[in-house]
Amino acid sequence: MERPLTQHIKKDGSVLTLEEYEKVGGYSALKKALKSTPDEIMEMVKNSSLRGRGGAGFPTGMKWSFVPRGENTVTPKYLVANGDEMEPGTFKDRLLVEGNPHQLIEGMIISSYAIQATIGYVFLRWAYHVAAERVEHALREAYNAGYLGKNILGSGYDLEMHLHTSVGRYMCGEETALLNALEGKRANPRNKPPFPQVSGLFGKPTIVNNVETLCNIPHIIANGVDWYKQISKSPGGGGTKLYGASGRVKTPGIWELPLGTSLREILEVHAGGMQDGYKFRGALPGGASTDFLTEDHLDVAMDFEEVPKAGSRLGTGTVIVMDDKTCPVGMCLALEKFFAQESCGFCTPCREGLPWTAKILLALEEGEGKMEDIDHLTYQTHYMAPGNTFCALAPGAMEPLQSALKYYREDFEKHIKEHRCTYR
Amino acid sequence: MAKVFIDDIEYEVPDGKNMLEVCLSLGFDLTYFCWHPALHSIGACRQCGVINYKDENDKRGRITMACMLPASNGTRISIEAKAAHDFRAGNIESLMLNHPHDCPVCDEGGECHLQDMTLMSGHNYRRYRFKKRTHTNQYLGPFLNHEMNRCIQCYRCVRFYKDYAGGKDLDVFAAHDDIYFGRSEDGVLENEFSGNLVEVCPTGVFTDKTLKQHYTRKWDLTSAPSVCHGCSLGCNILASQRYGTIRRILTRYNGDVNGYFLCDRGRFGYEYTNSKKRIIKALKRVSGTYQPIENGNVFEEVKALMGEGKKVIGIGSPRASLESNFLLKELVGENNFYGGISNTEGNLIKQVINILKKGKVKTPSLAEAKGYDAVFIVGEDVTNTAPMLALSLRQAAKNKPNEEAFAIRIPLWNDAAIREIVQERTGPFFIATVHHTKLDEISSGSFYGHPDNIARLGHAVAQKINNNLPSVPDTDRESASLSSSIAEALLAAKKPLIVSGTSLFSKNVIEAAANVAYALKEQGKDVGLIYTVPEANSVGMTLLSENFIDDAIARVEKERADVLLILENDLYQRIGKKDSEAILKRCNQVVAFENLENETTNSCDYVFPAGTFAESTGTIVNNEGRAQRFYQVHIPRNEVRSSWKWLDILRQDLQTAEAKDFDVIVDEMIQKNPELQKIKETAPTADFRIGTQKIPRSPHRFSGRTSMIANINVSEPKPPDDNDSPMSFTMEGYHGIQPSPDTAFYWSPAWNSVQAINKYQIEVGGPLHDGNPGKRLFEPDENRQAKYFNDIPSSFHPSNDELLVLPLYHIYGSEELTALSPAVKERIPQAYIALNENEARRKGLNAEGGKVEFYYQDKKWELSLKIDNSLPDGIAGLPKGLNETSGIGYPFRTKINS
Repeated sequence: MERPLTQHIKKDGSVLTLEEYEKVGGYSALKKALKSTPDEIMEMVKNSSLRGRGGAGFPTGMKWSFVPRGENTVTPKYLVANGDEMEPGTFKDRLLVEGNPHQLIEGMIISSYAIQATIGYVFLRWAYHVAAERVEHALREAYNAGYLGKNILGSGYDLEMHLHTSVGRYMCGEETALLNALEGKRANPRNKPPFPQVSGLFGKPTIVNNVETLCNIPHIIANGVDWYKQISKSPGGGGTKLYGASGRVKTPGIWELPLGTSLREILEVHAGGMQDGYKFRGALPGGASTDFLTEDHLDVAMDFEEVPKAGSRLGTGTVIVMDDKTCPVGMCLALEKFFAQESCGFCTPCREGLPWTAKILLALEEGEGKMEDIDHLTYQTHYMAPGNTFCALAPGAMEPLQSALKYYREDFEKHIKEHRCTYR
Repeated sequence: MAKVFIDDIEYEVPDGKNMLEVCLSLGFDLTYFCWHPALHSIGACRQCGVINYKDENDKRGRITMACMLPASNGTRISIEAKAAHDFRAGNIESLMLNHPHDCPVCDEGGECHLQDMTLMSGHNYRRYRFKKRTHTNQYLGPFLNHEMNRCIQCYRCVRFYKDYAGGKDLDVFAAHDDIYFGRSEDGVLENEFSGNLVEVCPTGVFTDKTLKQHYTRKWDLTSAPSVCHGCSLGCNILASQRYGTIRRILTRYNGDVNGYFLCDRGRFGYEYTNSKKRIIKALKRVSGTYQPIENGNVFEEVKALMGEGKKVIGIGSPRASLESNFLLKELVGENNFYGGISNTEGNLIKQVINILKKGKVKTPSLAEAKGYDAVFIVGEDVTNTAPMLALSLRQAAKNKPNEEAFAIRIPLWNDAAIREIVQERTGPFFIATVHHTKLDEISSGSFYGHPDNIARLGHAVAQKINNNLPSVPDTDRESASLSSSIAEALLAAKKPLIVSGTSLFSKNVIEAAANVAYALKEQGKDVGLIYTVPEANSVGMTLLSENFIDDAIARVEKERADVLLILENDLYQRIGKKDSEAILKRCNQVVAFENLENETTNSCDYVFPAGTFAESTGTIVNNEGRAQRFYQVHIPRNEVRSSWKWLDILRQDLQTAEAKDFDVIVDEMIQKNPELQKIKETAPTADFRIGTQKIPRSPHRFSGRTSMIANINVSEPKPPDDNDSPMSFTMEGYHGIQPSPDTAFYWSPAWNSVQAINKYQIEVGGPLHDGNPGKRLFEPDENRQAKYFNDIPSSFHPSNDELLVLPLYHIYGSEELTALSPAVKERIPQAYIALNENEARRKGLNAEGGKVEFYYQDKKWELSLKIDNSLPDGIAGLPKGLNETSGIGYPFRTKINS
């Protein structure tokens, strides 16, 4: 089984140096890419079936293609790696950045070249101190080796790259809020259109890609589109995916598996099944802002097509497992409290709806719930539906709640009838 | 035009709009908060949610914010669909979670957009049962009250304050449901336009602190359409009173002038009208003290003094109406009338009027000024001399960079997206002034120099645009290169705007500005030229004046006068003690018509209580030559009345003529001054009726009418008549859309807040249904061959022992009457004399704050030193018009000592 992204990451947690990375073929994809035209690279990525790994799953090549190219376009253009991994339960980018920062940098250089960006930023979660040090060091190495800066490897192509460590707000992970944060403004999202490809960082054409997405790029370039498509289990191709599992499984962790691996395989084979004494009750398949899947959905292929059919989203592909001794109401409360706190406060439904939702859940947990609260929670999931809010934060926050209301309704009712949390 | 469908009905709408604007313009009641017609859309509040359908086959649609939805061909929405309705009601419910239920004690109550929108949305029952989030409030200075608990987080305040008005000290802090709009710490809000937050805020977070001192509900106010007397721009205001005191000023929308906004001087400077120093009775001096003229004919004695053969002269006023100045002129005779300003100032204003009338360049209105894409300010600190012009110029500075956003098809209304493209960039903006001015922060190049050097820079720019003009001799390299870049930028612009004025008392500056504009015009540019003048009716009075105060002084020095009539003019303030005494001593009897006690009224024989804008009706002419009508707000229960009324009574007495109504006086004035013809069109005549109805000054919900004076007399008196206008002083009258010059308040069913203005406009943000009020008296002939001015002054050389003293202006303090209002008074700076550091050192002066002595008109003055390193060598600056510096005529030379 191919594990292009993680194969060289060392088990002891130490970082792959430039020398080590080059020894296993690192930066050869860049050399190859610089011999092609930007349009050729873009075409390859378009054909590769790579889709964004940040959660939305937008086709990467198509995203790039909206950047104005050619002569007389607005400059400078920017490429930003979104490493603001703040989604609860998600820690895949951390592995990639800490383990093999050069893979990310190489991916970014090739991607920048494809869209003819001249400035790149690694936007990193504030808490990833180790990753920050390693990226900083790797950037220095890359500059010294001539992979960054003026006239990269004699190609005539210039690219400056910087590390930006975020301030620690979930909101900063939203593509447009990230751009505002990077500009030193409040991390409020922006309206689309205009899309960042046209007016992004400092109003210039910008591509924001997830760290994992960018780490795929060197391998697509090095091994070709056909190879990339066939390492996936999904009929539409799409390479490998970093899947994770957390919660009361025997061996929580991150594994690089073919896209389309079943949820059951991830949980039972790779995560080792449930801990003794605990039963599987449900899971959020792709981080905190995805709908619950239940036992009935264990055989779903974890890819962009199949998970939605089961009523959820692939999201980040990092599964949060809920066992039978964890209170679903309490779990929703923990999540909604987090989202309420992380709302930027820009639009009304999110700013006011999330705290209200969290307060109702807290009331339920404290035995002060009322029957009409369930209807009201359902109302909130509709009120904060996509399109009603300014960005995807609140709709995402509603996903675990709306599915919990569907699958664990008796738990909510029990909390209200018995005036207590029935799990305590 | 685009065809859109709203609830299945097709409408043709202008291109480039969003659906919220379209719906409001079509008269739909659609709820909104964060959108503002001048600030445009950001999509934050989610209150204008409608259902948007892909096409006629789409029956489900999806909720979309109308403010972010382009009104393009085929756009199809529903306002009425239940899902849309429920969403909007639910959104209000959310906004109300933390909003206090304090409407009964909230200053905004009864004119609150949040109240209106809540009712409109249909939300009523409160389901939220948890604790409300609370905030602490801040002290924001004398103008604004802060009550953050009421905030619904629409972001309008910061968008107006920071993005529109260039303010720096108001921001949004914290996050989620805890976000806070305020300053980083308690303190005075510094921006000159902060008062607009009162109207921009959709609820009671920012309210008028001066109103709070004498609070009255909107529905209990009697208001009149008026014109601000705070500077020469003539911004339109609504002045409101109850129980005979003015309670507040609001913006009166005029799409050609001030639009939705006012400056803080205009908004908060009204309280002098309520001052204890108001003269409220006709007074006569009897052995040194003033006593009321009791009963009988108040003019009995004055009449006798003015009999046949008596030498009577009159001094007019630039803060009095055309009608008052005209009647004074009529009364004393053309040759005995003197415009109430110094000859220097009078000649400058004459020159400005001359250019307005006979130049070949258009003078844009305040609103049109926003549309220019390059600006060159020649010698004017507009933020302090004509504040709202500074606000317009700040918008003009955005036009050039905005083009980049338009190029990638971002519509004007998509405000956040435009700001993202534009970032901090501004268009070409050049300033030449005596010292650092606030607009420097958006300028592409600033020049500080003596007025003659400013004029030289202007001439150099004109010469670079038109090579046939004589070149400016002895130009230093720096000015030469600056003039080249200015000329280049102006030539590269589509619509360059030249701004100048009289504030530096320099004819050279005025002429140089005209030359630049003429040169650009000849290059085919759509150029604008704006001059500011000192006072509300400087242009109007000067149109009626051949001579000015210095002529009057010369006249009485030659030959004593029997009677001097002074119209609304404090000579001491205007021309100083020495000259005032010179003139007063040479007149046997002095009669003043004045608003407030001042040094002049203290030296008169008779004083008659003249109405301020609050108690007067009249016409004034602003800096662009726009005549505008203002109406008295109420008939005071004392002897105060319009000066022209006093003068008319005096004329009746003298000529045993009949009392004349306002319209008759206007006709008479036009007959004698045909160039004022258009002032007839500024407002309907007093006999105008809608059906049989007058136009009310009070809303139909006005309360307490029968009980207001019940403590004195239980029978309700007949409401006073207004013979001067078609308006009533009560709520009786026509309550639909009134003629725009006579609209006293904005109200429409379901719209109680200032945003009811939407219903008075043809399209939101556009002209009023009846056209914007005001008529321009003259337009230049743009095809005329205007003559260039050829006097290029020589460069200023600082003298070793003397300094040239020039006026520096302050929005709060430099205007005589507003400076007497308590709130404004708090903002008046300490008097100072400003020098640059080198100059101070050369003169052996101590550090900042030290005492400095100088002489003016043989009198010793002492002020503290202020270091201003932007001032050129050899020049000192004095704050114009403060108590400590009043009566000084500029420029003058003096020696200074520590």
